[in-house]
Amino acid sequence: MNPFDYEQATDVAHAVGAVTRNPGAVFLAGGTNLVDHLKLGVSDPELLVDVSRLPLDEVRELPDGVRVGAAVRNSDLAAHPLIRRRFPVLAQALLAGASGQLRNLATTGGNLMQRTRCPYFQDVTTPCNKRRPGAGCSAIGGHHRDAAILGTSQHCVATHPSDMAVAMAALDGVVRVQGDGGERGIPVAEFHRLPGDEPQRDTVLRHGELITAVDLPGTASRSVYRKVRERASYAFALVSVAAVVEVEDGVVREARIALGGVAHKPWRATQAEDALRGAVVGEQVFRDAAEAELAAAAPLAGNAFKVPMARNTLVAALRQLTGGQR
Amino acid sequence: MTDLLRPRAIGTPMERVDGWAKVTGTAPYAFEHPTSAPLYVHPLQAEIARGEVRYIDSHAAEDLDGVAVVLTHENAPRLATDSDAELWVLQTPEVAFRGQLIGAVLAETPEIARQAAGLVRVEYRQEQHDVVLRANHEALYTPEVVNPAFPAESHEGDVEAARPEVVIEQTYTTPMEHNSPMEPHATIASWSNGTLTLHDSTQGVHVMRSRIAPVLGLEPERIRVIAPHVGGGFGSKGTAHAHNILAALAARMAGGRPVKLALTRQQMFALVGYRTPTIQRVRLGADRDGTLSVVAHDVIEQTATVQEFAEQTAVGTRTMYAAPNRRTTHRLAALDVPVPFWMRAPGEAPGMFATEVAMDELAEACGLDPIELRSHNEPAVDPGTGRPFSARHLAECLREGAERFGWAGREPHRDGDWLVGTGVASATYPRYAMPGSTATIRHHAGRYEVLIGAADLGTGTWTALSQIAADALGCHFEDVRLEIGDTDLPAATVAGGSSGLGSWGSTVVDAARRFREKFGTDPDDGDEADGAMPDNPDAQRYSMHSFGAHFAEVRVNADTGEVRVPRMLGVFSVGRVVNPLLARSQLIGGMTMGLSMALHEHSVLDPQFGHVINHDFGQYHIAAHADVADIDAIWLDEHDPHSNPMGSRGVGEIGIVGSPAAIANAAYHATGIRIRDLPITPDKLLR
Repeated sequence: MNPFDYEQATDVAHAVGAVTRNPGAVFLAGGTNLVDHLKLGVSDPELLVDVSRLPLDEVRELPDGVRVGAAVRNSDLAAHPLIRRRFPVLAQALLAGASGQLRNLATTGGNLMQRTRCPYFQDVTTPCNKRRPGAGCSAIGGHHRDAAILGTSQHCVATHPSDMAVAMAALDGVVRVQGDGGERGIPVAEFHRLPGDEPQRDTVLRHGELITAVDLPGTASRSVYRKVRERASYAFALVSVAAVVEVEDGVVREARIALGGVAHKPWRATQAEDALRGAVVGEQVFRDAAEAELAAAAPLAGNAFKVPMARNTLVAALRQLTGGQR
Repeated sequence: MTDLLRPRAIGTPMERVDGWAKVTGTAPYAFEHPTSAPLYVHPLQAEIARGEVRYIDSHAAEDLDGVAVVLTHENAPRLATDSDAELWVLQTPEVAFRGQLIGAVLAETPEIARQAAGLVRVEYRQEQHDVVLRANHEALYTPEVVNPAFPAESHEGDVEAARPEVVIEQTYTTPMEHNSPMEPHATIASWSNGTLTLHDSTQGVHVMRSRIAPVLGLEPERIRVIAPHVGGGFGSKGTAHAHNILAALAARMAGGRPVKLALTRQQMFALVGYRTPTIQRVRLGADRDGTLSVVAHDVIEQTATVQEFAEQTAVGTRTMYAAPNRRTTHRLAALDVPVPFWMRAPGEAPGMFATEVAMDELAEACGLDPIELRSHNEPAVDPGTGRPFSARHLAECLREGAERFGWAGREPHRDGDWLVGTGVASATYPRYAMPGSTATIRHHAGRYEVLIGAADLGTGTWTALSQIAADALGCHFEDVRLEIGDTDLPAATVAGGSSGLGSWGSTVVDAARRFREKFGTDPDDGDEADGAMPDNPDAQRYSMHSFGAHFAEVRVNADTGEVRVPRMLGVFSVGRVVNPLLARSQLIGGMTMGLSMALHEHSVLDPQFGHVINHDFGQYHIAAHADVADIDAIWLDEHDPHSNPMGSRGVGEIGIVGSPAAIANAAYHATGIRIRDLPITPDKLLR
């Protein structure tokens, strides 16, 4: 770890200004990922601007939805009555993430900014395009059991690790960000980038833009988060499914689905959604929808299992939500 | 063995005498001993797997405020002998594995040391490395012996010529695995008047001393090792590793100041040993009624080019089942990898996985219940040595376990989305007793001081050895004051091979008896007597082993392949149990480690670079609380009259042996999918 300066932000404008002015500055919230990176040498900032104490820690009802402040802790968000009642998929996703200790520190904004857990990204003694553009990708020819199967490029096959963000993508959440020039909203599903030839850029944020909140529209009482991992305790998803489904008279009226553990971002499964909308609930329909989404999958040898695993998990989640039988 | 102790304190579930100090955080672990003005050591590790260091530029590191010295092979003090290659630290520029120590930074704070380590630039001459174990590796060879001193091969009859009615022949593999004790390996080294003091996290202070003394060119008396509390070891702390020598060298350069070195979790994946991966070919042949006629177990595993460690993978099979035609072999490939070492039940744990899954396959092929097959093949004497067993109660363990677990009428079934099955496997582990311990008993201030340099790895030695001393002296438990964990105390053997309590206990009993012979029951203040680990003629007459039967219930998700283990039961034959509370913890700890071995643990050695890439707890998965449901361990009410005066055998390792096989067999029962390659991960069960 190299020495760095530390500054506690007094308000949002101060935070945004401090980071905008210094290309070597970054925001610090819960620190559950960034501090690891400082120790590992993955990140080497000049200045940490602490935003964890800004008054952004409220969950409040909007006319049509809920606003989650960026500094709300994952534990608090998972336990919040509004979230539990209106967005069970989000509460489940949060509780499926990390460990109790980490959830107590991790924030909503920080969770969205979480970086990949690809082992080569985290090990500075190995080449990684995400850390050092042009260095090469060690995962493609190496250990890539946890790597992506959708939206990959020849430069990067890393996955986005968040559970929370997958649920928020399925909920049509909108990330509110404050920059030097003003405020803007970015749909969660468009917030993270695919690797392309710039895998070092995780999100569409501009330097200095601060996440202030996530708005979750409407309500999604019939929703579920299903996370597959090899152990029941703390582990990142092999694959996960966030699904919101509305059924009327046995027909799918609306389906919103996102997949985790399969791509460089929370993967909004629009192909599957299209296949489901208007279809009569049933095992084969679910299966066809899943196959439609995964038709584009391009796995590597070591993570080919994720294709049937994602398919089965999606089918199981839909079955669970619709009360269907196998 | 004559003269069994009359159990009064032993056999009772005394709570840990050190428990209060531990939960209040006042029990000092290695790194926590008060040290004035130390320098902190951050190791530098090779970033190639084979070749040599051509040039090290440490100027930028040395220029950093707070850096005392950068240690490399160019300026390191010379060691006395290279006879122990793992400990030949910083003496040459050669690199034999990735992660090998190539230097260290000494600085005023750990942070500065780590920052400076990042500023050191190293140039290498890199050679092509060979780090992947293969069954057809061209350099496979037969070691002279396997750990600790077994012949590498055993042959009886003719395995190839035999024509059994039913044959199972399969390859089973187990991965590289790493010990991950809660307390990382850590050491404080300081020189004073030509004497080196080490506060170290070790399983044996005297063993540590005797291994490093020749390397440092010191008489053992010039080294003192102190380790009153150890936060787990599982074998990895069984002796010195390279970082201990690094600390001693660093302390030589520290201008009289002590140095503190704590390995990071990542560094431990290269520097403190690991369980070798194995490729095991097992052939079992039997008549239709299940009578075994062929047992063959051929093992391929790896070692390092630096130093040989040959794991005894097939040795358990020699004791387990009789057959007229038997063969066990071990072949090694020396690769450009770190040195393998002990990990809880080295050999037996991976070896019995293969044998006991093969037995399950044979039972199915013969149309027999797996318990029936095992009971049918119970040998009258040790098939490996021809000696009678001091006590072989495997059949009772299986029977008792079957009854308590609800084995009869078991059927694989479905519960919602989950496929449910049950499995069984047998276990054996040798009873080791290590000669060489001595103890002193002194009467002082109305109490009995019991002095022996034993170790407590969190296993409960402080408590259990005090219980033994109390019974040996015929005094109250409260009147014993034990001292352990220091080379200034009488010599003690390593806490390894489940031998600790038996060996030290026998030694303390000997000292107690001598004390009573000399001073009677009303000693004066200051009276003292010494004892030593006695010879045990029964050790040559009997085959002494612990046995166990593992039962597991496994649930496999039909959609995702997720595996969960809601229930495990182990029934053990371990002689007399000295402390039921501590023994149960040891046994369920072993079973938990077996569960972890079955489902999770796998060090991924990256062939591109030659190091373990999943080298932290986010990626190297170990079973944690949410993965461990209802695990129970019980034991037969017995004592082994031949083992030692307590009538006990060890409990440290038998718990892990066999439990992975029971889980694999249950997963097969649940799904019909036979997994022969650990760990059993969801992808392997996905349909």
